Amino acid sequence: MNAIKKMSLRDRYRVLTRDLDWAPSYQPENKIFPDMAFEGIKITNWEGFNDPFRLTMDAYWKYQAEKERKLYAVLDSFAQNNAQMGITDARYITALKLFLQGISPCEYMAHRGFAHAGRQMRNAGLRVAAQMQALDELRHVQTQVHTISHFNKHFNGMHSFRQMHDRVWYLSVPKSFFDDAFSAGPFEFMVAIGFSFEYVLTNLLFVPFMSGAAFNGDLATVTFGFSAQSDEARHMTLGLEAIKFMLEQHEDNVPIVQHWIDKWFWRGYRLLGLVATMMDYMLPKKIMSWKEAWDIYFNDAGGALFKDLARYGIRMPKFADVADKEVDRVSTELWTALYSYSHATAFHTWIPEEAELEWLAKSYGPEWEKRYRPRFDFWKQREAEGKRFFNPTLPQLCQVCQIPMVFTEPDDPSKIAFRESTYNGEHYHFCSDGCKNIFDHEPEKYVQAWLPAHQIYQGNFGGATMPEVLNWYGIVPGQDNGDYRGSEDEKTWLHWAAMRNRVAD
Amino acid sequence: MPVHAITPDYVGTVKDRVENFHGNILVHIYWKDHLLFCAPIGLPLPPSMPFAALLADVLPGAYSQHPEWEAIDWTQAQWDLNHAPFTPDPAKSLAENGIVHKALLCLTTPGLTGLAGSCT
Repeated sequence: MNAIKKMSLRDRYRVLTRDLDWAPSYQPENKIFPDMAFEGIKITNWEGFNDPFRLTMDAYWKYQAEKERKLYAVLDSFAQNNAQMGITDARYITALKLFLQGISPCEYMAHRGFAHAGRQMRNAGLRVAAQMQALDELRHVQTQVHTISHFNKHFNGMHSFRQMHDRVWYLSVPKSFFDDAFSAGPFEFMVAIGFSFEYVLTNLLFVPFMSGAAFNGDLATVTFGFSAQSDEARHMTLGLEAIKFMLEQHEDNVPIVQHWIDKWFWRGYRLLGLVATMMDYMLPKKIMSWKEAWDIYFNDAGGALFKDLARYGIRMPKFADVADKEVDRVSTELWTALYSYSHATAFHTWIPEEAELEWLAKSYGPEWEKRYRPRFDFWKQREAEGKRFFNPTLPQLCQVCQIPMVFTEPDDPSKIAFRESTYNGEHYHFCSDGCKNIFDHEPEKYVQAWLPAHQIYQGNFGGATMPEVLNWYGIVPGQDNGDYRGSEDEKTWLHWAAMRNRVAD
Repeated sequence: MPVHAITPDYVGTVKDRVENFHGNILVHIYWKDHLLFCAPIGLPLPPSMPFAALLADVLPGAYSQHPEWEAIDWTQAQWDLNHAPFTPDPAKSLAENGIVHKALLCLTTPGLTGLAGSCT
């Protein structure tokens, strides 16, 4: 008989946290937690943080293993049934390509970030919760890669996603977002990713991708979404508890946290512009427009959250009103850029079909029709003449979000918005007050921005010609890039459709 | 404070100093009311290039796909340099015209308001 009594869950959690949180005796605390002071956040009582989950490692392991067994069973059955043939249309795969190239590598950076930030925290509960989240993020990148790898057998553009993430111009947008967060201090990282991204904006990333998958017949990705969802709920709670903790500890923390909320709201919102193009342009079967999603997930849900945070002295993020003003144009401004520079994207673009253009006009109103319809008509005419439109010249870029300067004045959608700063005699350009505000606060950080167009001109992208740059990106010309019409992806899809018809005959 | 860093007096490396552009300067050009070109363009140009060469040799490559490019009346065209009205001397170089690294040139072509008047 075993003489050692099995510990209860509560006892196990105590052993895992409090008992590992001894007071150091021969090393000063600031040497053990060296990153705790430089951001200016004041913590008067580290015991004040209560871990809302109290999850032990063995419970975590058991629970996650069960979820992943289910996910991999679905992935097996998806592959065995050739379920990739059951999606709405191969254009849908563009959303997966963007996800794999742009988002999955960020999950890995989130893993590293939480491991790093957690290590710095002088509270065992916070440390353990951050460690669990670090593991979640690592699982997410792995399960995403596994889920999407099945599509890589049949479609182009996914073969070198990791190299592309580090090198391709439009992927410098998500990459620089996470590099910015990762190179910040641990408290800013918790606000940037734990709160602003995971709590305020995550529903605008995950719900559209997963509902988009469900609407377009991709059960594998939906199942991944379900598997991740229970983790996301935990991440949201941690993000909220972490900022409440900072705000409760000292009133001097309030303006610092507010600036981080302003900054990371704006950076996250700019990044989500890619999701807006996914919702409005990439999905063959639409879920809802970007405008509807923004209203539901930011204005309604976020509005209630910030009402709640008012008692801590926190207000709505600065420039949320600008995001509102841009809501009916942001997806089209960005799709215009992706369409025009598609010779250098690792996914295909296209002119929306007539029914899709009508859906856009219905979703965004007569102003949209008047303003944007002419460019689609022009592109269509050019395509019919065999002269598909590509923009031959590299665009000007924003120093902070790194997106081409496509965004227009909040109050005038016909004029590009220009914002500028001079720092140490150098001139810098921004797409918005939000991005300029971020730069002006820490110029020494953003003068280092690795802007793809500038790097090409400096000769750091494999050469001066387009084929050399594409080769350096890992993009195979004529296979991964260009228009959907006439692509190998389209041929594959049409071939499958023909086979289905033959069987039906 | 220009940056919050663990290292005191942290200084970042300026990635886009003019010295890194192999003798060129980066010039941004924005053709107003023609958002078919989704953003202003950026070009590395020798500062010794005459302004006339920019018009004759460089800009057509960038913009001539637009049906209104051919219709521009260059005697009416207006320029802004870094948001201030600017009258370029075509015979003089970019540098002599005061166009420096990361300058922004805006071109306004009166009467041309884009495809179907949509500023596109």
